[in-house]
Amino acid sequence: LSHGSGGRAMAQLISELFQRHLDDELLLQGNDQALFQPPPGRLVMSTDGHVISPLFFPGGDIGSLAVHGTVNDVAMAGARPLYLAVGFILEEGFPLADLARIVESLARAAKAAGVAVVTGDTKVVERGKGDGVFITTTGIGVVPDGITISGDQARPNDRILVSGWIGDHGVAILSQRENLGFETQIQSDSAALHTLVASMIATVPDLHCLRDPTRGGLATTLNELAHQSGVGMQIRETDIPIRSEVAAACELLGLDPLYVANEGKLVAICPPEQATRLLAAMRAHPLGVDASIIGEVVEDPQHFVQMETGFGGSRILDWLVGEQLPRIC
Amino acid sequence: MQAESIRVRGLVQGVGFRPTVWRLARDCGLVGDVRNDGEGVLIRVLQDSPREASAVSVFLTRLVAECPPLARIDHLERSVIHDEQILAELGGAEGFQILASAATAAHTGIVPDAATCATCAAEIADPANRRHGYAFTNCTHCGPRLSIVKGIPYDRARTSMAPFPLCAECAREYTDPADRRFHAQPNACPVCGPRLWLLDARGRDVDAGERSGLDAITAASRLLSAGRILAIKGIGGFHLACDATHAEAVAELRRRKRRDAKPLAMMARDLDVVRGYCRLSEQEAEILASPAAPILLLERRTDAPEGAGPAGPPLAPRIAPGQSTLGMMLPYSPLHHLLLQSWSHPLVMTSGNLSEEPQCVENTEARDRLSGLADAFLLHDRDIVNRVDDSVVRFMAGEARVLRRARGYAPTPLGLPPGFARTPPLLALGGELKNTICLVRDGQAILSQHLGDLEDAKTTREFSRTISLYLELFQCHPEVLVVDAHPDYRSTLMGRDWAAQTGQTLITVPHHHAHLGSVLAENGWPLDGGPVLGLMLDGLGYGADGTLWGGEFLLGDYRAFRRLASLAPVAMPGGTRAIREPWRNLFAQLERAGGWSVWRDGYGELAVVRWLQSKPLALMQRLIERQLNSPLASSAGRLFDAVAAALQVGPEVLSDEGAAAIELEALASFAIHEVDEGYPFARVAGSDGVLLDPHPLWSALFADLARGRSSAWIAASFHRGFARALSDLAFELADAHGVRTIALSGGVFQNHLLLEAVTRQLQGAGCQVLLHRQVPANDGGLSLGQAAVAAALLLD
Ligand SMILES: [Fe+3]
Ligand SMILES: [Mg+2]
Ligand SMILES: [Zn+2]
Ligand SMILES: [Zn+2]
Repeated sequence: LSHGSGGRAMAQLISELFQRHLDDELLLQGNDQALFQPPPGRLVMSTDGHVISPLFFPGGDIGSLAVHGTVNDVAMAGARPLYLAVGFILEEGFPLADLARIVESLARAAKAAGVAVVTGDTKVVERGKGDGVFITTTGIGVVPDGITISGDQARPNDRILVSGWIGDHGVAILSQRENLGFETQIQSDSAALHTLVASMIATVPDLHCLRDPTRGGLATTLNELAHQSGVGMQIRETDIPIRSEVAAACELLGLDPLYVANEGKLVAICPPEQATRLLAAMRAHPLGVDASIIGEVVEDPQHFVQMETGFGGSRILDWLVGEQLPRIC
Repeated sequence: MQAESIRVRGLVQGVGFRPTVWRLARDCGLVGDVRNDGEGVLIRVLQDSPREASAVSVFLTRLVAECPPLARIDHLERSVIHDEQILAELGGAEGFQILASAATAAHTGIVPDAATCATCAAEIADPANRRHGYAFTNCTHCGPRLSIVKGIPYDRARTSMAPFPLCAECAREYTDPADRRFHAQPNACPVCGPRLWLLDARGRDVDAGERSGLDAITAASRLLSAGRILAIKGIGGFHLACDATHAEAVAELRRRKRRDAKPLAMMARDLDVVRGYCRLSEQEAEILASPAAPILLLERRTDAPEGAGPAGPPLAPRIAPGQSTLGMMLPYSPLHHLLLQSWSHPLVMTSGNLSEEPQCVENTEARDRLSGLADAFLLHDRDIVNRVDDSVVRFMAGEARVLRRARGYAPTPLGLPPGFARTPPLLALGGELKNTICLVRDGQAILSQHLGDLEDAKTTREFSRTISLYLELFQCHPEVLVVDAHPDYRSTLMGRDWAAQTGQTLITVPHHHAHLGSVLAENGWPLDGGPVLGLMLDGLGYGADGTLWGGEFLLGDYRAFRRLASLAPVAMPGGTRAIREPWRNLFAQLERAGGWSVWRDGYGELAVVRWLQSKPLALMQRLIERQLNSPLASSAGRLFDAVAAALQVGPEVLSDEGAAAIELEALASFAIHEVDEGYPFARVAGSDGVLLDPHPLWSALFADLARGRSSAWIAASFHRGFARALSDLAFELADAHGVRTIALSGGVFQNHLLLEAVTRQLQGAGCQVLLHRQVPANDGGLSLGQAAVAAALLLD
């Protein structure tokens, strides 16, 4: 792949590639924009730049991740995602076969999620000025009437739930990238969560908060929600689903799984009397079978996220500023 | 008419100072008065005749000599009274009076909790006394203070004694200046005071008992004799107690507390019982019997030393595994005296908590959290307002040195050195573990009691609460907050938030600069005293360059410092995990010292090599090589851990970061006198100064292992060699920079072998060596140093 004006042939190639895999009607019209009638209701929009190393990892690749990331950000407002716009930045010399794999995977993920890729763009930068490929995706979705889900809605006594195993993605990426050679391969959990969300709000319309604990992991997400809502949180270590192989890998690496990224999990906060129904609805969905109620929202002027440990102690899950540098003198 | 006023400053309020003045003044036939005010105590006396003038001198001499046990006179100033009105007032007075306190704000704060005095102890033992067997007996010379106070001024209404109105007899004592209980705020007796009771594990009253509580104590003592574990509510928290000679009880206590190896503190009835188990010097006996009554680490008796008396029945083997010392204390509350009355051997008295957590202070909380730990609960209804743990002291390099500063010591103000008098009020928030806070006001530093590890949620809440309490007790409105440079310390995070909310100035002090400031301030090093060489050895702290430090040679003072040298940085594969698992440090050291394969191939037969080979070494290698969660640290603490791992000493996974190093020290102490040379270290040039490189140490150590040398010998050789390498380099650096004073700080200097060896060598080379005494060398002293460094900055 070469960049610049001489790359007519390349542009041709890419456009063929995209047309082959992304056969959306709007995209195929060949315009620089997508024209569509907005559906009735409130729209949400979200954008995310995806950079990841390695590009291909157990359980996904940057193509599927770029779809899931933005679909999930849209879905966390309780919305049904409709359209995606995709921007590629490619580094000169990036293998075409890899690009084909990524585009194909992106297309497959979008199709599976039922969202249409309606517009896109591709740029090629000089060798050394990119890291293979970066993908920016922008999504639009529509929120059903009567649904107000936002990070500032958590109220004392609300229950906190997670949709499944925590920490899979981050550990999978790290062990693949650094070639750590763990005995059991850990798969990224990368997945589109909007159908899970749809069945959750169908059961519990007054869901208070939803968020996907991506970068910074569960601990960071809970801290964000606690601050946004002006509350504290009390969770129980023993109720947080963590696979034993993830826990073992984290122990070896010295990482705290609660700070490790997820790409197919959500945190939900709902009124206490709805918690069991919500849990049942989540468990009935393939992406929520391992869901768990992990704790409660509490009143706390200091907005601490506190965790009862397996030993009955209690520690504060900090909102870390640095890179988990040891703090023990 | 002539008169003079005598101004007394120091710890003179709430400690029976005015009644002492009153008694002595009357003895000396003086006319005048005494009162408390915002600056301390003010005495005014008539001085009309030469006889009266000499009586005043006698009075002052006696006042200094007979100063009440809890009082401390920092400053006495006499001046002639010229004011006609005051002279007239005094002229018309009859004898000597105690006046009510002046309304000005109290500026003398609060004194520490003090162990039961001899007079009170005699009263509770006397069947004829109305306080016979009463567990809450106290007087102005003893009893709870910091642990029961909620606010100032310090009077009964603002303590947890408020719900116990004084009976007529106690009220009489309280108001009679001739009585030892004059204005003793926690004064109480079986008629009006707190009550004691014993509950079994299911919460049933075992023995409601008589009013004095003696029945409950007798029943508790009986349970202890039967090998049971008791939760006992004390002065500043709960203890878990059992018979220290009862092997099963001690093993069971360890199991329930999930405390594998850490030594357990003990309480002995009197010094004779202590002597049955430990070597005890005169000075050590004095510390044990002082009002602070700390846990004192004493050399364990292995024989029957001259004059030590017969050894007591043997202690349970799991009291202090691998230790050459025992932690002993004497009874410090009437309850302890009564409980230990019949015990001719020690009781284990360890903090009432699960490992890692702060000890309980409330009855319901204790019942809750200790229900799986204790077979019965000895409770009372006087609330513990502030958790104050037992202090820990050890005699090292010729002096008592406080390792953990809490009950009996805090919050006694520490005078700041010359040059700091005009420091604006400030609050330093300390470190992450072993946290303390430090206030500065009126040229004094007030260092809080040990608060604990801020990784624990409960401790963090107490941290906020303690700050509010101290600000109120000492009437301090800090304009400045001081924090450590580590971005993720909880104290740093909270300090940032508070400063952002209140507009207070936030000052950040690098960890090891704070350690340096701490030892300088404690030693009264003047603000303009010029630079010293600071040898700062600890686990690790966030360095000025954003890497982790912990074995540092700093040239500097309060204002600034330069890093002249350090230990060679070594990776910590797995970050915090490497602190928990010393084998990771050993592996990283060997990786750095020529590469693992060299050691594996050269010493494949050694147990330690085979043990390491059972570990995921390829992964560790990968982490180090890829710099993946493997920060470099020039840490002395980690070097100790690595050597401990090489000898397979200490637990394989540490719950307490110092545990392996403490066992290594104990092991070394058995052979330290057989070793002269010690292992060598190399010096290499680093990017910013000299690096002390342990590579040669590993060669010598592995050769000794292969030769079959004893672990004790190897541990001692490490201590000796390390001490020599440190002293030599410190001396040379000091010399090269024209400095004669060397300051030692950081938690690693709580290792007595290293402290004594380094001190001896440096003093032998003609250096002045500054060491900690009252202030812990570890992060417990960090807040004092933060305060001093910030103050220097503000004063410029
Ligand atoms: Fe430190
Ligand atoms: Mg996003
Ligand atoms: Zn007394
Ligand atoms: Zn009474």
